Amino acid sequence: MTATTAAGRRGMTRRQRTRLIRGVQYAVFVGVALLIVLKADWPRLSHDYFNLTIARQLFPDILSTALKNTAAYTAMGFVFGLGLGLVLALMRLSVVAPYRWVANVYIEFFRGIPLLLWLFFLGYGVPTATGAQLPGQPYSPIVLGLGMPAAAYMAETIRAGIQAVPKGQAEAARSLGMSHGRAMVSIVIPQAFRIIVPPLTNEVILLTKDSSLVAILGVTAGTKELTKFGRDSLNQLVSPTPLVIAGLCYLIITVPLSLVVRRLEAHNNRAR
Amino acid sequence: MARTSIQTEVVSTASDAAIEMRSLHKSFGELEVLKGIDFHVGKREVVCVIGPSGSGKSTLLRCINLLETPTSGKVWVSGQDVTDPDVDIDAVRRRIGMVFQQFNLFPHLSVLENLTIAQRRVLRRGKAEAEHVAHANLERVGLADKATSYPAQLSGGQAQRAAIARSLSMGPELMLFDEPTSALDPELVGDVLEVMRSLVADGMTMMVVTHEMAFAREVADRVVFMDDGIVVEEGRPEAVLGAPQHPRTRDFLARVLNPGHRPSLPQADPAL
Repeated sequence: MTATTAAGRRGMTRRQRTRLIRGVQYAVFVGVALLIVLKADWPRLSHDYFNLTIARQLFPDILSTALKNTAAYTAMGFVFGLGLGLVLALMRLSVVAPYRWVANVYIEFFRGIPLLLWLFFLGYGVPTATGAQLPGQPYSPIVLGLGMPAAAYMAETIRAGIQAVPKGQAEAARSLGMSHGRAMVSIVIPQAFRIIVPPLTNEVILLTKDSSLVAILGVTAGTKELTKFGRDSLNQLVSPTPLVIAGLCYLIITVPLSLVVRRLEAHNNRAR
Repeated sequence: MARTSIQTEVVSTASDAAIEMRSLHKSFGELEVLKGIDFHVGKREVVCVIGPSGSGKSTLLRCINLLETPTSGKVWVSGQDVTDPDVDIDAVRRRIGMVFQQFNLFPHLSVLENLTIAQRRVLRRGKAEAEHVAHANLERVGLADKATSYPAQLSGGQAQRAAIARSLSMGPELMLFDEPTSALDPELVGDVLEVMRSLVADGMTMMVVTHEMAFAREVADRVVFMDDGIVVEEGRPEAVLGAPQHPRTRDFLARVLNPGHRPSLPQADPAL
């Protein structure tokens, strides 16, 4: 007698079982999709949440003011965060111990506190204590509010990138007579930044979304970003449609960035 | 000429030697890698250092341009005490070319930029002069057509020749080679050795850590055998390689020159 396999005993080959399982998965998917398509009240949903008459009233301001401001605040926070993050990363790698301590405390502090709390502190806490707003209104609380916490995250990313550059690169540079600083600027940091472009792009995506929190700073009409714009339009037009449109506007920024990250990561994996 | 023995080597004074070391020690934590090295390389002399892996050859080389800091002892380069804490080490390194096993070309720069960056940033040469020197040195190593290539586009042999040209572009007084052919495919070794031969012919002072015994025998003025952190034997290549006096030298050469020939010996580290 020959031994029968487990599948054989149940009267099915392995291929048949695989087909059956896959078939069930497709059937469930199609079933749920059909249920949604047939049972949902589409005209009602569209009237409430995606009302074109209301949506039309949002343009062009939602693009020319709100989307523009979201992009601008993100960019300001990113540039500030990147510059300070680089300084913090170099401090963390410094041979001078107090520099490392300061950088560590900074990084742990800003990674640990909620962004909303930090924005309240800058927007309301400081004025309450000093009786005056921060100089450089309206941008200073936005830049500091988004940029200082972002610097903490980027510092860790940059430090990891610098440490990922092979030691031989710095040794070759030093052997050619370059100073430590020159070797960092000309040889190590450019290579580190190549390594960290994907994680830094992810940081931009997070920052884009976090920029919505500056809505609590009490901005004026000209400085509204997408979330504040959507929230105010919701009151004005008595419809959730503006929030849906604002959400789609965020995707205009984040989806292409996310695709760029995927391509870069695939490219880096090939290069390795 | 009669073979010179170990004892008949002329001991040069610190002032006229390219490299002079006295009781050099180097420890990494508990591990003592160099256990008191007294050693010199004369001007225009070619010295090949051989020995098993872990014998301290590379560390010895790296103590000369202070990629490693000696634990104790002194090193003079052209009469200058480089172990003096007040010495400008970047200025010393400018005069010493270093070629690494892993090439350590800068991957984010073209071959031409690899050769010009230190000339421009360290020697403060103008763009035209730096490129003129770079092209001349690329020509010299047979890579005139690779100036615009990037390191990733080069074969191992081409990369190592470009690395040699990079060192030469700084106009070094002496060149250190740390196993320059060990990372190369066997068929690419010849091109690199050919370039090194041409340097010997031009009278360059060279110290070469190598496993290429035939090359050492051909070009070296002196061969140094190191084992376990000390210089075991040194002398003319035909003496050290042809008629080794010390049993450890004989044992090492037997294993390197006839790998597998003596199966009774442990073959853990054939050093090839």
